[in-house]
Amino acid sequence: MPDDRELFDSGASAQLLGDRFPGMAATEETALAISTEHIDGDDILAKKPLGFLFWFALVWITAVFLASILANVLPLQNPNFQNYSALSQGPSTAHWLGTDDLGRDLLARLIFGSRVSLIVGFCGVAIGLIVGGTAGLVSGYKGGKLDVALNAGSFIILAFPAIVAVIAIVTFWGASLFHITIILGLATIPLMFRVIRATSLSFAQRDFVIAAKTMGATDTRVVLREILPNVIPVMVTFSLISVAGLIVIEGTLAFLGLSVNLPTPSWGNLINEGTANNALSTDPYIMMWPALAMFLLLWSINLIGDRLRQRFDIREGLL
Amino acid sequence: MIGRRRGGRTLEFKDIGSHDGPLLVVEDLHTAFRTGRGTVRAVDGVSFEVYEGKTLGIVGESGSGKTVLSRSIMGLLPPRDVLRSGTVHFGGHELTAMDEAELRDVWGAELSMIFQDPMTALNPVKRIGTQISESLVLHLDMDKKEAQSTAVELLRSVGIPSPEERVRWYPFQLSGGMRQRVMIAIALACAPRLVMADEPTTGLDVTVQAQILDLLADLQRERHMAVILVTHDLGVVATRADDIIVMYAGRIVERAPTRTLFRDTKMPYTRALMDSIPRLADPSGARLDAIAGRPPDLIHPPKGCRFAPRCHYARDKCREKDPPLRTVGSPDHLFACWYPLVDGVSTAPPVPVTLGDPAPSASVATAGADATTTDDPTEAEPAQ
Repeated sequence: MPDDRELFDSGASAQLLGDRFPGMAATEETALAISTEHIDGDDILAKKPLGFLFWFALVWITAVFLASILANVLPLQNPNFQNYSALSQGPSTAHWLGTDDLGRDLLARLIFGSRVSLIVGFCGVAIGLIVGGTAGLVSGYKGGKLDVALNAGSFIILAFPAIVAVIAIVTFWGASLFHITIILGLATIPLMFRVIRATSLSFAQRDFVIAAKTMGATDTRVVLREILPNVIPVMVTFSLISVAGLIVIEGTLAFLGLSVNLPTPSWGNLINEGTANNALSTDPYIMMWPALAMFLLLWSINLIGDRLRQRFDIREGLL
Repeated sequence: MIGRRRGGRTLEFKDIGSHDGPLLVVEDLHTAFRTGRGTVRAVDGVSFEVYEGKTLGIVGESGSGKTVLSRSIMGLLPPRDVLRSGTVHFGGHELTAMDEAELRDVWGAELSMIFQDPMTALNPVKRIGTQISESLVLHLDMDKKEAQSTAVELLRSVGIPSPEERVRWYPFQLSGGMRQRVMIAIALACAPRLVMADEPTTGLDVTVQAQILDLLADLQRERHMAVILVTHDLGVVATRADDIIVMYAGRIVERAPTRTLFRDTKMPYTRALMDSIPRLADPSGARLDAIAGRPPDLIHPPKGCRFAPRCHYARDKCREKDPPLRTVGSPDHLFACWYPLVDGVSTAPPVPVTLGDPAPSASVATAGADATTTDDPTEAEPAQ
C-alpha cells in the first residue's frame, strides 16, 4: 500500500530542511499539523454564531405556532363572545390586549386568528413546493420538450396578475380557509417552479452530475442525490419567503373582505376591523396587535430563512 | 428507490475481463454537433485500440476533439443535437449499441472516468466518503458499513493521510490535489478495467501534477487497468503512455508507440507540438516556438490536409488532397502526411521559386510563421 508515503516524504524533507534552515522545519511541521488536525469541518460550520436575533425570531415563531395549536387548551375567552360590559377597553389584567368595540377579547381573537395565517402560509407553500418544486427539479435537469412546455405554462400563469385572479376565484368559489389555501397554493406553483428549475438547471450540467452518471447513477438517483441536496438551500429560503408572502396576501384578501367569513378571526380580518368605522383613531389597539404580530412573524421567517441559507450553504462557508 | 439493489444485473458484463483481443476497439467514430451555424464535426473518423493494462495517451491542442472523443466513447454526450456514427467495442460488447440502462451497468463498474477539474467534479454538499461509497453500494452490492470501510481503504490507497477522519469531510475542506485524489478513488472504487482520464492534472499545480500521475500509474500497475490519458501536454504522456495518438481537428494525425513517436516523428504537427514545449536549456529570452494560427473551423474544415494552413512544409498537394492514415516501415506507426519528416527533415519537394510569386510561403521554414500563414490563400478563415 502506498499509504501515507507522501506524508512520510514531506516529513523527511522537513527534517532535511530543518538541518539546514532551522526555521523552515518548524513551518513545515506546523503546516502538517494544521492539515491533519486543526481544519475540522464541523469546526468551520460551528464557528459562525447565529446571533441573538436568530434566536429571538425562532422563539417568536415557536410561540406563535404553539399558541395557535394550543388555542383551545389555553385559558382564553371565546374569541367571538361579545362582552357588552367591556367595550373598547385598553390592555388590562382581565383583557391583556384589550377589547374591541363589541367587547371581544383581542388576545383570544389574535391567537385564534393566527391559525388562518399559518395554515394559509405553510400549507399553501407546501402545495407549491410539492407540485412546482418537483416539476422544477425534473424540468431543469431533463430539459427538452418537457422543459419547454412547463416553462411556457409557468409564464402563461405568471402573466396574470395573481391577486386579481385570486380575488376573482374567491368571489366565485366562496371564501373558506380550504379554498383560500388551495388557491394561494396554486398561485405559488409557477413561482416555485421557476426558482427551483433555474437552480436545478444550473447544476444539471456540472461535472459532478456527469461524474455521477459515469459511475452508473440513474436519472432518479442523480436528481435526488446530486441535484436536490444542492437545491435545498434555495428551496428553504424561497419557501420561507413565500410563506411570508402568502400571509401578506391572505391579509390583503381579508382587508378586502374576501378571506374567511366574519366573525371568524384572522389577522387580516382583525386589521380590517381595526381600520373600519374610524376605529383607528378611537381604538388603535384593534389594528395594532395583529399588525405587530404579523410584522414580527414575517420578519422572523425571513431572518431565519436567510440565516439558514448562510449556515448551510457550504460554498459560502468556503469563502 | 435510492440505492436500489440490482441483484445480478451487473454480472452481465463481468465477462468483459475474459474477452480476447483488445479491451477497447474504436472504429471509424464520428461525432458531430448540430449548431445554429452548421454541423461541427468534432470527431471525424477515429479508430484505435486499447489493450488491457496499457496506457494510451491522446494529445492535441484545445479544440482538437480529444475531450469530445473521450465522452463520445463513453456515450456521455446527450443524444439530442449530437450525431454519432461508428462503433465502440468494450471487452467484446458494443457500447454504441447499448441503451442507457445497460451503459449504467458498465459505467463505473468496468469503465470509469476521471474529470479535469476536481473543483467541480465533486458534489459540494456531500461528504467525500458518501461520494465514494455510493457506487460500491450500487455496483458491488455492498452494505453501507462495508462500503464505508472500503471507502476508507480507497482513500488510504490514493495517499490521503488519516482517511478515517477524511471520509467525513466535504470537498471544500480539501486542496485541489487532494480532491483529485478523491476523484481517482471514486473512479477506481469498483476496480474498472478501463479508466478515461480527461486532462486529470490540468487544474493542478505542476508539483502536484507529477504526484497525481505517479499515483495513477502505481494504481494502474497494481490493478492491471487500462488507462486513456487525454491531455494537451506531450510532456505528461511522454513518460507514462505506452502508445500515443496525436489528434488534430477531430482526426488522428499520428499514432505510434511512445518511443517511436518521439524518436521518429513523422507528422509536422507532432513535431510542432514538441517544439512548442519550453526548454530549460534554451538561452533566456529565446522565443517559444509556438504554432502560428488557430485550429480550423470544424464546420467548414479546410480542403486537403487540415493542418496545411499552419504547416511550414505544406505543398499544393497538401491543400488539394486529404492524406490518409498510413504506415511506412513499422506497421504500428501510423501518420497522415504526404511529406512525412525523416530524421526531422521534411520530405516535401522544394517549391520552384518564380519571380513575383505572391506566396513565397512554404519553401522556407525559417522565414517566419507569420508570412506562411497570413499569405496562404487556403488559410482564409470563414467568418465566425
